[in-house]
Amino acid sequence: MNYQDRWLLPAGITESLPNEAAFLEQLRRRFIDLFASWGYELVIPPMIEYIESLLPPASGRSLELQTFKLTDQVSGRLLGVRADMTPQVARIDAHHLKREAPSRLCYLGTVLHTRPNNFASSRAPMQMGAELYGYKGIAGDVEIISLMLAMFEEIQLQDFCIDIGHVQIYQALVDAAQLDAEQQASLLAAVKTKARAEVADLLQAWQLPAQQQDMLLALLDLHGDAEVLTQARQRLAAAPAVVHQALDDLQHLHQQLPAHITCHFDLAESRGYRYHSGVVFAVYIEGQGQAIAKGGRYDGLCKLYGRDRPATGFSTNLRLLASLLTTQASAAHTAIFAPASDDAGLKQRVAELRAAGEIVINGLPEQSGTPQEMGCNRELRYLDAEWQLVTL
Amino acid sequence: MLRIALSKGRIFDETLPLLAAAGIHPLENPETSRKLILDTNQPEIQLVIIRATDVPTYVEYGAADLGVAGKDVLMEHGGEGLYEPLDLKIACCRLMVAGKVNEPAPNGRLRIATKYVRSTERFYASRGEQVEIIKLYGSMELAPLVGLADRIVDVVDTGNTLRANGLEPLEHIADISSRLVVNKATMKIKHRFINQIIEQMQGAVAKAA
Repeated sequence: MNYQDRWLLPAGITESLPNEAAFLEQLRRRFIDLFASWGYELVIPPMIEYIESLLPPASGRSLELQTFKLTDQVSGRLLGVRADMTPQVARIDAHHLKREAPSRLCYLGTVLHTRPNNFASSRAPMQMGAELYGYKGIAGDVEIISLMLAMFEEIQLQDFCIDIGHVQIYQALVDAAQLDAEQQASLLAAVKTKARAEVADLLQAWQLPAQQQDMLLALLDLHGDAEVLTQARQRLAAAPAVVHQALDDLQHLHQQLPAHITCHFDLAESRGYRYHSGVVFAVYIEGQGQAIAKGGRYDGLCKLYGRDRPATGFSTNLRLLASLLTTQASAAHTAIFAPASDDAGLKQRVAELRAAGEIVINGLPEQSGTPQEMGCNRELRYLDAEWQLVTL
Repeated sequence: MLRIALSKGRIFDETLPLLAAAGIHPLENPETSRKLILDTNQPEIQLVIIRATDVPTYVEYGAADLGVAGKDVLMEHGGEGLYEPLDLKIACCRLMVAGKVNEPAPNGRLRIATKYVRSTERFYASRGEQVEIIKLYGSMELAPLVGLADRIVDVVDTGNTLRANGLEPLEHIADISSRLVVNKATMKIKHRFINQIIEQMQGAVAKAA
């Protein structure tokens, strides 16, 4: 490393300069206050944890690859830097809170990814989310999605589209087909990319009954507006009862959401890390190739921390949300400059102004630069025997 | 605005009739025009002309909404970042292992020259064989002739280039054809429009078969 590139940051690692940092902090406060007003309590999980608790068995290979690992010098055990806070919050609910009533938790923190999720994205997103534990019914999913909508409302984000799926639909069809683990993996990969040709070839090669083949292939077509749910009733008529229950849930969910929200249903969706177990959703907006928020039900996860609790939630990246807003706070020159002086009256006046919510910047003796350069639009001057505000 | 990413040459030529079935006609020919963005008869649809290997990247990140990419390129790109709902059954060929005619496999590890590093790795790993892979960007056929590699992995159409260089196809890895790829967000946000295009192209593919 030479002197010229000493200032470089690692790939995908960002920092925030004053304007952006102020904006992010302001957003953070508004969101956490919003979550609090819905009864979601803030928790602050640790940055590093033992790998076993950070990566419970169901979390899947992609989360494992995304997690930085290091050795603990104290215990000799392997530590992970969190790549996803959801399992941490699930652990807190299951192991520490031990409540019978539903608990509502929210969180915000920087997570670290070994590789960027996409080419322009950060390896250190600020993950923010809310989770609802201890309630199994669809009303829990409705609440979580409604809270997410309230979050978008708070920043007046519009023209987004919620993509909704239910992982049990695909799972039930695969279970009925009695595929082995390797077959399941290759089918899932093909279904995730909606690669019809590959799916058809695989089903053909495994010689599944025609009806099962038809239903699995139908999943690839069943995406679009709410009409998809009606079509699904016909095309998946012979599916196990759990599929029909899932369709009922989706129907109910759709009725509960405000009519002006654009919903897209995708019954082949089984997105994300493997811990999801029910309704899953992701929010897309034009101009962003990737989802801006996502979530879903993950009932089995808490059990791995010793207590079986149903769970649902969503998370997003605060930096990404901030970048979507056109009205980013610009450098507002609203501060007041107080000249360098030991005058008691000045100190008193400065304290009063600060208490009234003004920003007051103390001048330093023989400093360089003007008050304007430090973001001041007014200045305190000693006029007519008192300290007065003068516009610059 | 809807952008469709295509690469020049065979894929472009063979995609045009399929796009025509969806009512999309470019207003310029990429072979004569130097423009990278071509307007079409539909004001809200543009074609962007890029390298074949870049198509999945453009579409995955939403710089283009749709694209046409060979299965070889998609296998190499990997991941689940985009949808590939339609096999266009164009630009068909095979991904194959090739080597010098009548040359027995050497002792020890095979050295394989290819631009398909991931596909090659996966193919040999699935057979339980450890190989050395040498990444090249073109003219793979040369590598065995000058002793850079024992084998090559490349797409083979007629096999004429192989034969002309004293090579022969040895093993079949995968059948390749071009796929219509769709950005995930576009598929959700503009599903009516996209589904319509897919259906019309599907009709044309079925007719061609």
